[in-house]
Amino acid sequence: MLDFFGLFSNKRQSSKVAVDRLKLVLVHDRVNCSTQVLEMLKTDIIRVISNYMEIDEEELDIKITQTESEDKKGSVPMLYANIPIKSMHKNQG
Amino acid sequence: MSEVIVVTSGKGGVGKTTTSANLGAGLAVAGKRVAVVDADIGLRNLDVVLGLENRVVYNLIDVIEGNCRLKNALIKDKRYENLYLLPAAQTRDKDAVSPEQMQKLCENLKEEFDYVILDCPAGIEQGFKNAIAGADKAIVVTTPEVSAVRDADRIIGLLEANELKNPQLILNRIRADMVKRGDMMSLEDVTEILAIKTLGIVPDDESIVVSSNRGEPAVTDENSKAGQAYRNITQRIIGNNVPLLELEDNEKFMDKLKKLFRFGN
Repeated sequence: MLDFFGLFSNKRQSSKVAVDRLKLVLVHDRVNCSTQVLEMLKTDIIRVISNYMEIDEEELDIKITQTESEDKKGSVPMLYANIPIKSMHKNQG
Repeated sequence: MSEVIVVTSGKGGVGKTTTSANLGAGLAVAGKRVAVVDADIGLRNLDVVLGLENRVVYNLIDVIEGNCRLKNALIKDKRYENLYLLPAAQTRDKDAVSPEQMQKLCENLKEEFDYVILDCPAGIEQGFKNAIAGADKAIVVTTPEVSAVRDADRIIGLLEANELKNPQLILNRIRADMVKRGDMMSLEDVTEILAIKTLGIVPDDESIVVSSNRGEPAVTDENSKAGQAYRNITQRIIGNNVPLLELEDNEKFMDKLKKLFRFGN
């Protein structure tokens, strides 16, 4: 049976919102990775990659999220990095 | 074989003490010899929830420091044969005990009792470390709220890091009507997040307030829905297979009314 009043509201069920928010916050809690550590990691990644190519540091996005584990038995933490390349360094090799 | 079970939660106010009192009384009524231990040093509460506050003479710290013998500090509950309480000290703080001392105390209690139920303090500091030191098994109590579930997850991690594998979940204060309309996380939602086995669910029930007002655990009240939930959990602890409590739906009456309307149209 369709929820009659639900048709008029595009609000998601608050329990589903709670589950999603919890899943995300627990990914961070469980890996125990502070923002400070993440910042340091980011700086290091930029430094290494900059040796080889020019990257867009403004648009750089590094975060810890979750992904389904390979055995499909739940989710595992994942380091996600989206690093736009501006140009390859010319003086390579 | 005796077992020491620690009741934990991380977050305060989710029902650890009520759970400890009801499991203790429930196990005693089921014929087991039980000691409930208030490990919340400085914030003694298990005595009032059990209605034994007027009988406290010695406490856990007195036993540990050798001011009295263990059997002198244990308060025998006159209503339920087999139930004993070891109260916490109210005037000391959690640093007055060490994990080694708690371990020793649990070993001594195991010689006398079938079950030792430890009511753990909220938090993850010294008091928590002391309370879990002597435990064989852990129960994690949570309510279906984001803050409580988040803290429960942290506690589960700490328990497992301290060799207390496979803690079991009690989901407390669940409301069937709110779950049904999608405004409260269900047992499935919570277990999916926490990934531990369920020991039981306890409905949000006014009788819990009444029973703690009176100092009479709800588990012995035949008419209490929460009491029934605790009786089921007690049976599972003993090793009997009991199905999960059917949650009473507060909307039943309204549903019937709605159906009536539909027929009318």
